[in-house]
Amino acid sequence: MHDFPDYWRFNLGIYVDMLIDWLKANYGAFFDVINNSILWFMVYSEKFLQWLPWWLVVAVVFVLGWRLKNLLSGLVFALLIFIVGTFGLWELMMSTLAIVLTSVVISLLIGIPIGILMTYSSHLDTAIKPILDGMQTMPSFVYLIPAVIFFDLGKVPAVFATTIYAVPPVIRLTNLGIRQVPKEMVEAAESFGSSRWQLLTKVQLPQALPTIMAGINQTTMMALAMVVIASMIGAKGLGMEVLIAINRLDIARGFESGLSIVFLAIIIDRISQGIANRFEIPE
Amino acid sequence: MTVKVKVEHLTKIFGPHPKAVLEKVKSGVPKNKILEDTGHTVGVHDVSFEVYEGETFVIMGLSGSGKSTLIRCLNLLNRPTEGNIYIDGENIVHYAKKELMELRQKKLAMVFQHFGLLTHRNVIKNVEYGLEIRGVPKEKRREIAKTVLASVGLEGWEDKKISELSGGMQQRVGLARALANDPDILLMDEPFSSLDPLIRREMQYELLDIQAKLKKTIIFITHDVNEAFKIGDRVAVMKDGKIEQIGTPEELISNPQSQYIEEFIKDIDRSRILQAKNIMFKTSALVYLKDGPRVAVKAMESNGISSVFVVDSERKLQGIVTIDDAIRAIQENKQLKDILRNDFYTTGPDTYVQDLIPMATDTKYPIAVTDENNKLLGIIVRVSVLSGLV
Repeated sequence: MHDFPDYWRFNLGIYVDMLIDWLKANYGAFFDVINNSILWFMVYSEKFLQWLPWWLVVAVVFVLGWRLKNLLSGLVFALLIFIVGTFGLWELMMSTLAIVLTSVVISLLIGIPIGILMTYSSHLDTAIKPILDGMQTMPSFVYLIPAVIFFDLGKVPAVFATTIYAVPPVIRLTNLGIRQVPKEMVEAAESFGSSRWQLLTKVQLPQALPTIMAGINQTTMMALAMVVIASMIGAKGLGMEVLIAINRLDIARGFESGLSIVFLAIIIDRISQGIANRFEIPE
Repeated sequence: MTVKVKVEHLTKIFGPHPKAVLEKVKSGVPKNKILEDTGHTVGVHDVSFEVYEGETFVIMGLSGSGKSTLIRCLNLLNRPTEGNIYIDGENIVHYAKKELMELRQKKLAMVFQHFGLLTHRNVIKNVEYGLEIRGVPKEKRREIAKTVLASVGLEGWEDKKISELSGGMQQRVGLARALANDPDILLMDEPFSSLDPLIRREMQYELLDIQAKLKKTIIFITHDVNEAFKIGDRVAVMKDGKIEQIGTPEELISNPQSQYIEEFIKDIDRSRILQAKNIMFKTSALVYLKDGPRVAVKAMESNGISSVFVVDSERKLQGIVTIDDAIRAIQENKQLKDILRNDFYTTGPDTYVQDLIPMATDTKYPIAVTDENNKLLGIIVRVSVLSGLV
């Protein structure tokens, strides 16, 4: 009597299922095109990253850390990435990096224009914000399901799921950055007869750039977090190692790969933050 | 005088449905009642005025009087709810995007209260902005920007960041950016209000200098009466979105048309506005050089004064005679020209009263006002200068 009545059971899941079936049946070709272009980009960036000599990568990380932060940071970052190599995980790290890189590029291509469009219309703004909230609170595993349905197993669904998970911060912060441009500055630009495009490219985007860079930093970090989970649908990389270690209760393997992910996260975070700080506009 | 800008029955209402509220506003419902009932803000209501070419027209009012809304209507940063704005005889309120962009690029430029500078660009790239928008080639705009920067005294600051400049210098950049476009009309929205008093005064004089050279049509917003009267050829006083009175500073002082204007003017330092010609009087108490000392005594006696100015047949000032000297001259049988004194002050008709104060405190005679040919125009009694001090 106190239980929720059975006859009010609403099977939303069935309809979602039907929608996805319908999409797949009718827009299969469309998903194939996406699949192929993502795969193409993925494969080449992975090939490129793995082609890079290990010492060059260590050197680049050192120089970036040194230039963007300080000498000590440079040394520490270089040491960290070197340690990952000593674990025998270099190649897998590069695979992970390739997925992160691809997802971030796609996130920016989608996220920045959406963020800009949201500043033009308050209706769009109020419509998209709850969607972004939803995207960020939804357990990330859920994204794996449609990803697999649309793109099967492998790298592309991993990129797809990672992109969905990672895109909200860059949308939000692009929107915020542009809205935060002082009103008088926009008025000044308009008073000189700027077109909308000129206003955007010469005033709003340069002014919003530090905020957008902060968004890119967050997007990158979220992509890195998601790429580990995406290994469940067959994305080769450090996450896969963790997964295998869990299945086999292999503590040694799990620790090494887990630590490698942490190192990678630290390096990417600090370096992208350092780049973002470069764009700060003095008061 | 050519009319450069003409504003006719301009009304600006802010809110979701300004047109719907318009009728209410017209029927005389007060501003705050409209805000309460409909959520609409009446910025400007039924304002009309003309600005002549080469004139500095000041719009003065307290905060919330609608002056900033009004000036933003002139370049359509605010689209007027009703009314017409003519620039060079052409009605601009229905301008489409393209025409508006062209108008803003060529005819109007604006200077902002908080400068509105692009902080991600250096000084010279800020000044170039308007030219860049118009598509002026790089070399050319750099050259123009350099010249204009030099004219506002910022030579050598071209490559500095905006954040490295003081407030006064930032506003010079703002002014240079507007001037670089060589606009016909300069809109200035409280440009000096956020500067400290010393810098503000300096900038005011600089603007007057620049204006003397360039003869732009300037529409200048301020809340400071002294600034308005110093800079403006004509001043419009705004209150609650309406213009209370338009006139030259002198007209506003000598003939305020409402209590509000009177209150406003109380604040001002009259000695900086009024000139010698405004407070002198044309006296009949004069003695000609050919007259004898007896005539001088008579003139002093009938006017109840103890000294009198002496002029020649062309009314040129020769000197002053005191009652004591005149009586002595009669006793000693001397001529008037033998007892003339010259230890009084003379001044031109355009001298400001504030500059007469030191003279008035220093002498016991009235101050003579003469033209460039030393012809006596009138006299200023000390009391009319010094009474302003209390």
